[in-house]
Amino acid sequence: MRKYLSFFRLRFSMGLQYRAAAAAGIVTQFAWGGMEILVYRAFYRADAAAFPMTMQQVSAYIWLQQAFLALFMSWMMENEIFDGIRNGNVVYELCRPVDLYAMWFSRSMANRLSKAVLRCFPILLIAAILPDPYGMGLPVSVSAAGLFLVGMTLGLIVTVAFCMLVYGFTFFTISPDGLRIFCVSAVELLAGEILPLPFFPDGLRRIVELLPFASMQNVPLRIYSGNISGTEAIRAVGLQAFWAAALILAGRAVLNKACSRMTIQGG
Amino acid sequence: MGYLRLYKKYLKIQLQSMMQYKSSLLLNTIGQFLVSFNVFLGIYFMMQRFHRIDGFSYEEVLLCFAVILLEFSLAECFARGFDTFSSVISNSEFDRILVRPRNEIFQVLANKIELTRVGRMLQAVVLFIYGISRSNVIWTKWRVLTVIFMIIGGTAVFSGLFLIYASLCFFTIEGLEFMNVLTDGAREYGRYPISIYGKRVLQFCTFVVPYSLIQYYPLCFLLDKNSKTWYPLLPLAACLFLLPCYGLWRLGVRHYKSVGS
Repeated sequence: MRKYLSFFRLRFSMGLQYRAAAAAGIVTQFAWGGMEILVYRAFYRADAAAFPMTMQQVSAYIWLQQAFLALFMSWMMENEIFDGIRNGNVVYELCRPVDLYAMWFSRSMANRLSKAVLRCFPILLIAAILPDPYGMGLPVSVSAAGLFLVGMTLGLIVTVAFCMLVYGFTFFTISPDGLRIFCVSAVELLAGEILPLPFFPDGLRRIVELLPFASMQNVPLRIYSGNISGTEAIRAVGLQAFWAAALILAGRAVLNKACSRMTIQGG
Repeated sequence: MGYLRLYKKYLKIQLQSMMQYKSSLLLNTIGQFLVSFNVFLGIYFMMQRFHRIDGFSYEEVLLCFAVILLEFSLAECFARGFDTFSSVISNSEFDRILVRPRNEIFQVLANKIELTRVGRMLQAVVLFIYGISRSNVIWTKWRVLTVIFMIIGGTAVFSGLFLIYASLCFFTIEGLEFMNVLTDGAREYGRYPISIYGKRVLQFCTFVVPYSLIQYYPLCFLLDKNSKTWYPLLPLAACLFLLPCYGLWRLGVRHYKSVGS
């Protein structure tokens, strides 16, 4: 365990070095969030009765999404891992007396966390001082705050575990591009990156909410804003835990299979 | 050799090199298609629920989205050289461009013609035809011209933004992430008529970066919503946006120091 913690620490402090990139990112994400809120404001004015969430909830959802973008965005996969698999450098990783899955997993977590830590505070701060329906308040209750933290952690684990599955499958194809494109666009839509899931048509939403994608950012962001609460929230977090375990097991199985039949062409 | 003939030659070379990687081309095209298909689904779900936004129906919003997508992908296809310009600066490729007896903008553009944007363009065309056929536009000579002007003006505005992005590389070497708000952001949020974002955004998009001259005003003319007779000419006026962009480029070229590697 200590090995993986130090992999984590190493990556985390490495990620913290890119401060200029983070500053640029903050400005971009703030503009993005603002425009997104204006879209929903327009729809809210057009027909408030058809809104499946309150405007307040939507605003909280959007600001949290922008602040913690780095934790959940599907396109932020590790190019280093993809390159390593393609050019054979992965063999160096295999020589080490560590578990490949756990090492990549802790590295990915650290990368995402360090990016998020650098970026989230200014966005959260500004969102907190914005006027009422367009800003972001505190969580609706203490229990919601607690569940939110659990949901965030599980959401991050599900996201990383899903990416690990993609890395695992990359071993079986020569070029990861196709697989990657499909997975990224599936997550983009089904996790609620483009549109929060409550805005989906009802029948479709009920199915989508059961998929692993809904266990990424959808659950914590909706718990924080108070869109789901009580037993519904607990059930959602439970489902997250299930998907986290299932995806990790599946990812391990795929990676083991890949490593057992791998041939590295010398060089 | 005339510029046009030279451009054709560049185009042919790039077409040939692209055809060497057919599967990569196919996947890229599908990927482009999927990304904007997701945006389309977002619009579809929202309009299913709300039916109208600021007086625009679903079909009219689609028309709006299709026009922006078409303009953006055309600009991305032919002005992609600006988008990847930071690498031209950082590997001193620009030195080579400067010593050749041809216009430097021409060389930057001709060096990188991104034909993989067909996926996006194809979708834009399909949506455009659907939107046109369903939104009850009464076609007159001026309305046909408006559509053509919109596409020309929009491609010019987006190319201008890419040109600014490239010009800034002369000063910063690296591309500036903030410019994405003005390019990708405009593509994303241009999917709805700009008027829905409120008066201040509309003013910004009229006087600072002329998005609404290529989207909202001509769209009003097409759909006959409180428009003035001179609205069709606005997209052509938007082409003037290229002038300050070109000024910035000249300034950048004069400021250029080779990184020397």
